[in-house]
Amino acid sequence: MDIVHQASKDQLRTDLPEFRVGDTIKVHYKIKEGSKERIQIFQGIVIQKRGMQMSTTFTVRKISNGIAVERIFPLHSPHIDKIEVVRYGRVRRAKLFYLRKAKGKAARVSEKKRY
Amino acid sequence: MIGLIGRKIGMTQLFDEKGDLVPVTVIQAGPCRVIHRKTEEKHGYNAVQLSYEETSKEHLPKPVAGQFEKHGSPYYKYLREFRLKMYTDIEEGEVFDVSMFTENEILMISGTSKGKGFAGVMKRHNFSGFEQSHGVHESFRGPGSIGQCATPARVFKGSKLPGHVGDEKVTVKNLKVVKVDTEKNLVMVKGAVPGHRNSIVTLRKEL
Repeated sequence: MDIVHQASKDQLRTDLPEFRVGDTIKVHYKIKEGSKERIQIFQGIVIQKRGMQMSTTFTVRKISNGIAVERIFPLHSPHIDKIEVVRYGRVRRAKLFYLRKAKGKAARVSEKKRY
Repeated sequence: MIGLIGRKIGMTQLFDEKGDLVPVTVIQAGPCRVIHRKTEEKHGYNAVQLSYEETSKEHLPKPVAGQFEKHGSPYYKYLREFRLKMYTDIEEGEVFDVSMFTENEILMISGTSKGKGFAGVMKRHNFSGFEQSHGVHESFRGPGSIGQCATPARVFKGSKLPGHVGDEKVTVKNLKVVKVDTEKNLVMVKGAVPGHRNSIVTLRKEL
């Protein structure tokens, strides 16, 4: 397995900030339309991180006009322009799937101060 | 056709130049030395015998070890023959490595598939089985009827029945080379390759 990880090592991204499940992040994602390229920002709570090395992905959940939208990004994708951490969250789970069913106050993630 | 012998290391993903994820199989291949050269005049067909992975004399049967001693080459663990479509001036003692492959090249890869043991008809022949409810009893994954009654009073030869699956030679064509690492002797091809991790595979290309 070690050789497999080494084989894809040069494509791993080291410029992205560290973020954890529960954090609110802004993903600046490059979108190509014909020959033009523009950047779309997707802001929401990280509800899961999975995989290792090259195949790491993370899921961001946001409520857009009352409709919940979840988007899965490959962490090392060259389409990701940058990631901003807006708010650190205090959570006790590795996966926040309970947010899908939670309503009102229960659907919040409290803030954690990190130093 | 010429190629290399290698080991399947495992699968991972890589981004291509468009930024799309591509599933790749990592294969450690070569360097392979030509141990024996077969020619049309002498053997009736053109072929090269390639070797892979060095070993010591104690691990080989004496007749095999003798083949290597003939031209003073190191001892190798694996030998495979590659048929050549036409005459080429490859000579005994030549060494090939992964630099013979280029990106976007199409390869043919053979290996021994994973053994599945004695398997039923659903796994072995893609039969659809029976419903899981609606009154089906005692037979959920069976073959159903395998023939008629008094005529012919036997099961025809070649009927699709349960039996051993896997652990046989499988060849996959049209595998595209995504990346070549000459330093670590790695070839990455798009898609899956038969066999388990660390199994011996042969990579062939059109000459």
